[in-house]
Amino acid sequence: MGEEPGFYDYWAYENRPRLQWPGGARLAFWVAPNIEFYELNPPPNPQRAPWPQPAPAVPGYAIRDYGNRVGHRRQMRLLDKYGIRGSISLSTALCDHHPEIIEQCLERDWEFFSHGIYNTRYTYGLSEAQERQMIEDSVATIEHHTGRKPAGYLAPALSHSEHTLDLFAEVGGIYTCDLFHDDQPTPVKVRSGKRFISVPYSLEMNDTIAYVVNKVEPRRYGQMLKDNFDRLYAEGATSGTVMCIPTHNYQVSCPHRLRAFEEALEYITGHSDVWVTTGREIADYFLEHCYDQALGDIAARTPEVR
Amino acid sequence: MALDDNYLQYPQRRYGMDHDRYTWSMLADRKPVTWPGGKKIALWVNVALQFFPLNQRGQPFKAPGGMTMPYPDLRHFTLRDYGNRVGIYRFFQAFDQYGVKPTMAINTRLAERAPYLLEQILSRGDEIVCHGWHMDALHYGGQDPTEEAEQVERAVTRLRQLSGRAVRGWISPARNESEQTPDLLAANGIEYFCDWVNDDMPYPFTTRNGVLTAMPLSMELEDRFILMNNLHSEDAYKEQVIDAFDFLLEEAQREGGRILSLSIHPWMLGQPHRIGRLEQVLAYITGHNSVWSATAGEILDAFNVQQG
Repeated sequence: MGEEPGFYDYWAYENRPRLQWPGGARLAFWVAPNIEFYELNPPPNPQRAPWPQPAPAVPGYAIRDYGNRVGHRRQMRLLDKYGIRGSISLSTALCDHHPEIIEQCLERDWEFFSHGIYNTRYTYGLSEAQERQMIEDSVATIEHHTGRKPAGYLAPALSHSEHTLDLFAEVGGIYTCDLFHDDQPTPVKVRSGKRFISVPYSLEMNDTIAYVVNKVEPRRYGQMLKDNFDRLYAEGATSGTVMCIPTHNYQVSCPHRLRAFEEALEYITGHSDVWVTTGREIADYFLEHCYDQALGDIAARTPEVR
Repeated sequence: MALDDNYLQYPQRRYGMDHDRYTWSMLADRKPVTWPGGKKIALWVNVALQFFPLNQRGQPFKAPGGMTMPYPDLRHFTLRDYGNRVGIYRFFQAFDQYGVKPTMAINTRLAERAPYLLEQILSRGDEIVCHGWHMDALHYGGQDPTEEAEQVERAVTRLRQLSGRAVRGWISPARNESEQTPDLLAANGIEYFCDWVNDDMPYPFTTRNGVLTAMPLSMELEDRFILMNNLHSEDAYKEQVIDAFDFLLEEAQREGGRILSLSIHPWMLGQPHRIGRLEQVLAYITGHNSVWSATAGEILDAFNVQQG
């Protein structure tokens, strides 16, 4: 266990090289629907209980199933309306359980990235070989069902090991959503030395964090999204920023929450100089155009370790 | 030490659900439904009439709204009892004022303890749903099967005796179940239950004793969930219900009839500072021509005749 994870050096937000998005956009905007499958009776994990009560945990299981049965089509309809392609954080077993959802997203050229196998199977306690096997399974499943390997990773239920990012880079991934240290993409150090980055995926704007953990009112969530956008858009005039809205169909797609979400999407996409894009496109662009310059700037600004 | 390799095996990884209780189906793909009179929204106001025993065991957990202090927790016992003595009579007035036909989900033990209240419900003609024995008689995974079978049978049979009604519906205390709860409900002649919150419309639920219907009683829009769990304001409760109604009405015009289910508690919304918000919500909703106010059983019947 380390004092810090060691993925990146301190890199102050001010005076960085100017980040310029395609077409002169100030802000790269992406929406990341988490499309998840929670098991009714998952095996126990010694470090984290999947449900707060003995199985069957009907209320918790059922509302997540609501997301797939009811909520998905509502959110997809909204994203279509505002010209947004989702970047799906996918419980990859869902390819087997609900292939209709995969097909609908494929038709829309949405991105699929790996969010593990099930959101009730945690990384905690896995050996390195077991975690590699789980990540490889998830990558192969996405490739098999969509024809393309995923570029990004968000660990299942945000459960990590010290090697999670190393392993994902080694199976060919290029970006992670697991780090919340910045509003711009940053290089991430992995043991293989591969070119690997973090793409901002906001925990603060995550609907489940807002609604379940912080218990905010729906209209306030909508206002938080607009305020988050306003500031990042203003700062983007100096150097490009990233705004992400991570969503869950069992939260944001409930009837009493859709209005606030739609108003925010309408507001954000109503601005010029917003690059409405996906996680993979942000990662590809940054790696090609900004990564080397960022590495150089970080190296020049990083003092000798005392 | 690493986990057993079984942790990476997935015996239920297959098409559909990871259990055999119901089939996988997306709401948007189903046959559109029309409510009687061509209405778009069925308004299901579900009142939970609950008895929280002072000598709560709290096994395997304390029901939301239950006692939290050392025995005797007079504050919570009496605050919940307030709903059955005072709040419910404010509800009755509001329902009558706005022409709402409520569904009364009552703990059987409360029906025994408050015959006057039961008599009022019967004379009003409201539908009665069995809400289990009381709020400390939970149904849960690992429960002794014989104990639970007796618990269901006693709750349903006694409520039928007391009310003289068929009692078609069920809501488990805390909406929690064991693996066999649906089987026991079907064996006791229950037609529909409201514990599973995974849909906005009714759907068939398989049991060992025939098919139940799962009725969609929203938990996220429940007064207790919004006000007590999320600590949102009374204004936010009203705003959320109205936003939900507006959204469902718009979706219904496109995809067929929808249900707005309002799960409410007289110990919560029946308070003097909250009852006005309930009245405002009911005024807004029933002010629309496209609304059919009906009980859970009536909604189920109207739904069933359009299936098959």
